[in-house]
Amino acid sequence: MNEQDTTRAGDVLPAEEFGAEAVRLDQGHVVGHGGIPEVFQNPGLPPHAPRTTDLSEAAAKRAEKQVAALFALSIVGTIVFVLAYFLVDIRATTYVPGIGVMALQHLLLGIGMAAALLGIGFGAVHWAKTLMPDEEVVEMRHPMRSSDADRAAVVQTLTDGGEAAQINRRPLIKYTLGGALGLFAVPVVLPVLGGLGPMPQKSLSLTFWNGGPSGPGEEPTFTPMRLMRDPENTPIKASDVTIGSVFHVLPEGLLDLEHGVLEEKAKAAVLLMRLDPKDIKVQKEIDWGHQGIVAYSKICTHVGCPVGLYEQGTHHLLCPCHQSTFDVTQDCKVIFGPAKRALPQLKITVDDEGYLVSAQPFREAVGPSFWERG
Amino acid sequence: MMTTANARPADALRADDRPVSTRTPSAGARKIGGVAGWVDDRTGAAKGVGYLMKKVFPDHWSFMLGEIAMYSMIIALISGAFLTLWFVPSMGHTVYDGSYAPLRGVEMSEAYASTLHISFDVRGGLIIRQIHHWAALMFVVAVVVHMFRVFFTGAFRKPRELNWVIGSVLALLAIVEGFSGYSLPDDLLSGTGIRAMQGFVQTAPVIGSYLVYGIFGGPFPGEAIIPRLYSAHILLLPAVIIGLFTAHILLVAIQKHTQYPGPGRTNDNVVGFPVMPVYAAKAGGFFFIVFGVIALIAAVISINPVWGYGPYDPSPVTAGSQPDWYMGFADGALRLLPGWLEFTALGYTLSLNIMPGALILLPLVYVVVGVYPFVERWITGDDREHHLLQRPRNAPVRTAIGMAGITMYSVLMFAAANDIMAIKLHMSINDITYFLRTAFFVAPFIVFWVTKRICLSLQRADRNKVLHQRESGTIIRTPEGAFFERHEGLSEYERWKLVDFEPVAPIQLEQRVDANGVEKPLTGKDRMRARLSRFYFKDAVQPVTPAELAAAHHDGHGHEAIEAGEHAGSVHR
Repeated sequence: MNEQDTTRAGDVLPAEEFGAEAVRLDQGHVVGHGGIPEVFQNPGLPPHAPRTTDLSEAAAKRAEKQVAALFALSIVGTIVFVLAYFLVDIRATTYVPGIGVMALQHLLLGIGMAAALLGIGFGAVHWAKTLMPDEEVVEMRHPMRSSDADRAAVVQTLTDGGEAAQINRRPLIKYTLGGALGLFAVPVVLPVLGGLGPMPQKSLSLTFWNGGPSGPGEEPTFTPMRLMRDPENTPIKASDVTIGSVFHVLPEGLLDLEHGVLEEKAKAAVLLMRLDPKDIKVQKEIDWGHQGIVAYSKICTHVGCPVGLYEQGTHHLLCPCHQSTFDVTQDCKVIFGPAKRALPQLKITVDDEGYLVSAQPFREAVGPSFWERG
Repeated sequence: MMTTANARPADALRADDRPVSTRTPSAGARKIGGVAGWVDDRTGAAKGVGYLMKKVFPDHWSFMLGEIAMYSMIIALISGAFLTLWFVPSMGHTVYDGSYAPLRGVEMSEAYASTLHISFDVRGGLIIRQIHHWAALMFVVAVVVHMFRVFFTGAFRKPRELNWVIGSVLALLAIVEGFSGYSLPDDLLSGTGIRAMQGFVQTAPVIGSYLVYGIFGGPFPGEAIIPRLYSAHILLLPAVIIGLFTAHILLVAIQKHTQYPGPGRTNDNVVGFPVMPVYAAKAGGFFFIVFGVIALIAAVISINPVWGYGPYDPSPVTAGSQPDWYMGFADGALRLLPGWLEFTALGYTLSLNIMPGALILLPLVYVVVGVYPFVERWITGDDREHHLLQRPRNAPVRTAIGMAGITMYSVLMFAAANDIMAIKLHMSINDITYFLRTAFFVAPFIVFWVTKRICLSLQRADRNKVLHQRESGTIIRTPEGAFFERHEGLSEYERWKLVDFEPVAPIQLEQRVDANGVEKPLTGKDRMRARLSRFYFKDAVQPVTPAELAAAHHDGHGHEAIEAGEHAGSVHR
C-alpha cells in the first residue's frame, strides 16, 4: 500500500519477472492461505451514480434558475445595503422581535451585506453541486523524499561552495564571521529593550498614601492625608460613616493631579467600611481603625482587580475577577479563592475637624505579588 | 496524471455543444487571453497555474473546518484594515462629545472615544466592528475544531508533523492576537483584563516587576500599553500569522490533501474534484458563505458593547468579568489554583498560585500539542508516509488521549464561568470550585476510559457487521421449521470502509546484538517504549481478514471470530 514498504517473505513478486504466482523464498518460510488473500483488496471506485440534473434537461434548467435566483438575491442585498447607507438616519432605531431595540441602519446594512454574500456563496456551491461534473478524479501521489541522487547533489553543491569560498582553509574568516553574526542582533535588540520603560525601583511598594506621587524615582515623605470620596473628591466625617456603609476612597490630592491619576488610583484605591466593633475579631484591625471604621486596600492581592463586591451581612469582600473572598471581620484575610495574602489595612484616625485621615501609609506593598516584595 | 471515465451520463445534454477546440473565442475571451499571454511571456506562469487548476482535492465536510479558519482570518484582516482608518491607538485624555448621549462629557482615552465614534458616528462602522470581533471568535473556534479533526484522524503523521507544528504555533498566535485585539478599546472590561495581565506578568520570578515596567513603559496603566498592543495587533502578529499561514497552505499543496479511507482511495492517490471548475466554485463560494454568516451574526447579535462598560478606571469593576472564550481556560486555571501555593522565603515571593495558570499554561498546552506527533511516532516506530486518514475509532488510545485533553481544557474553561454558574444554578461558588478542582484531576481518567471503551465497541461492531452483515429484521422459516433472521449483504464498497485499516500490535522487546556478537543490555528507554506501546496497542481490535469472513460464512455464527480479532497476531509494519 505504501511505496516505502519493503517486500516481505511471501510477497508476490512483480508478474513480469517470474510470472504471476512466483514468491520469494530467500527470506523465510511461506505459509499458504488456501487461495484466500491475506487482507481484503481495495475494490476501486464505486460506479458513478448520475444526478437528476445529469439525466434530465428539465432538472438542469431548474437548477440553472435556482443558481441565477441566488445570484439575483445577492444583487438585491447589495442594493439594500447601498440604500440603507444613504437613506437611513444613523440614529434611527427599530424594534426587532426577540432582539429588542436596535439601530435600524446597522441592521439593514448587516442584512443587506449578508444577503449579498450568501447569495454569491450559495449560488456558486449550488452550481457546483448540480451542474458541474461530479465524477471523481484520481491524482497520484509521490513520496515527499527527494531521490538519493538529488540529495547527494545538494550536499555536493554545499561542500563545493564551501570549498570554493575556502571557509575551512581560512579559520580567521570563519570565526570572525561567526562572532559578527552572533553579535549583530545587539544593536537591533538593545535599544528596544533599553527603551521599553523605567526601572520600577521602589514604586511598586509605595502608594499616594506615602505622601504624594509614587512613580519610579519619587520618594514622598509622609503627611497625614484626608480620606476623600471617589469620585466626588470630598472629605469624609467619621460621623457620616454609619454601620454597614461602604465608601470608595482615595487620598486627598490624588484627583487633583495633572498627570498619573490612573497610575496612582491603581495602587491607592481604598474601601472604607464601618462594622460593629464587637464583630471585629482581630485587635490590630480595631487599633488601626476608628470606632469600628476600617480602611483596606481595594486592590486584590491576587492579580490586582478592584475588590468590588461587599456582602454586608457576612462582612465578606469578594473580587469579581477570580472570586477571592476576604473576611473584613478577620483583618481581611483570605477565606476562599486563589489569593494568598490578606488585603493590606490602612491605619486611620480623625483630625481636629472630625474628618478621617490616614495615620500612616500602607505598611506593605498593595496589589499582586512580585518577586522582591518579600 | 489524471484520468476520467469516458462516458458520462450528462454527456447527452452536451451532445449539441460544439467541441471546445473548434470554438472561436469571443472578443472578451481573446482580450483576457491577450493579457494572460502578456503575463506568461514575462513570468512563465502558465505551467504552474495550469497545474494548480487541475489539482485534486478530496471532498469531506470536516475538510471545511480549516477553510472556515482561513476565511475568518481573511475577513478579520479585511475588516481590521477598515477599523484602522478611524481607531486612535492612544491613551491620551479626551472628553467625549459624540452622539452616544449617556457618555457625553465623560473623560476617557482617545482609544475608547474613537471606538465609540466608530460604533455610533461612522456609517457602517458598527457592522464592521462587529464583523471583526465575530470573525476573530470564529477564527479561533475554527482553528481549534480544525485541530481536533487533524488530531483525531491522525493527519499529523509523517510527512505532516512539520505542518502540525506550524499549525500549533498559529493557534497560539491566534489567541495572543485575539487578546491584544479585544484589549484595544480601553473600556472598563478590557482594561480589567489588562490589569489582570499586569498582575500575571508581575508574578514572574525575579524579573516580574521589570517585565511589567518594560511592557507598560512605567507604572500600570501608563500611556504606552494601548499603542504597543496596537502595533503588535495590526503589524507584528499579523505579519507572523500570515507568514506561517502561507507556509501552512503551501505545505498542504505540496504534500497534497489527506483523504479518508474508502473504495478507490489508497495511500498513493488523491480522489476528489479538480480546482477548475468544481473547487473554485465550492471553496470560492464557501468564502462568501462564511463571510455572509458572519455578517448576519454581526447584524443581529451584539458583541462586546463597549459603550455599556464605560472608560477604564482601575478602581471600579463590573461583576461577571469574563475574557473572550479562548482565554477562558487560563482564567479558569487562575480561579482553581488555591492561594496556599504562594510561598515567601528569604524576602522573596514565589506565586505558584498565579504563575502556572497565567504564564505557563498557555504556552505549555501548545508545546504538548506540538510535540505529540513526535511522541507517537517514537512509540509506534512508524516511519512511513501516511496519506490515508484513520477513523478515530481505529486509533482508540490516541482518541482517548485527545478526549482526556479536551476534558482538562473544558474543566478549566467551565471554571472561568464559576461565578456565572453559581448565579444561574443557585449553587455555592465554593462547592463549584471544589468540584472543578477535583474534576480537573479525575475527569480526564474517566473520559479516557469511556472513550477507549466506546472506540473498541465501535470497532467490534464494525467487525460484527463485516462478519455477519446487516440484520434485516426479516425472519425466515425454513421448510424444517427452523427460524432465522436474514442478514443482508454488504457491498464490497461498504465493506472496504470497515476493513481498510492497519492491523497493529505492541512492539516486542528483543535482545540486541552489537557488531561483535555481544548482547547489548536493554535500556530504560527501550522498556519505556515497550510499555507505552503496550499501553497503545495491547487491546487493539484488528480488521476482519478474508479468511475470518470465510470462516464466519461457514458456521454462520462466529461470535468467537469477532473477539478473536483482538489478539490476532498478524502484524504488518
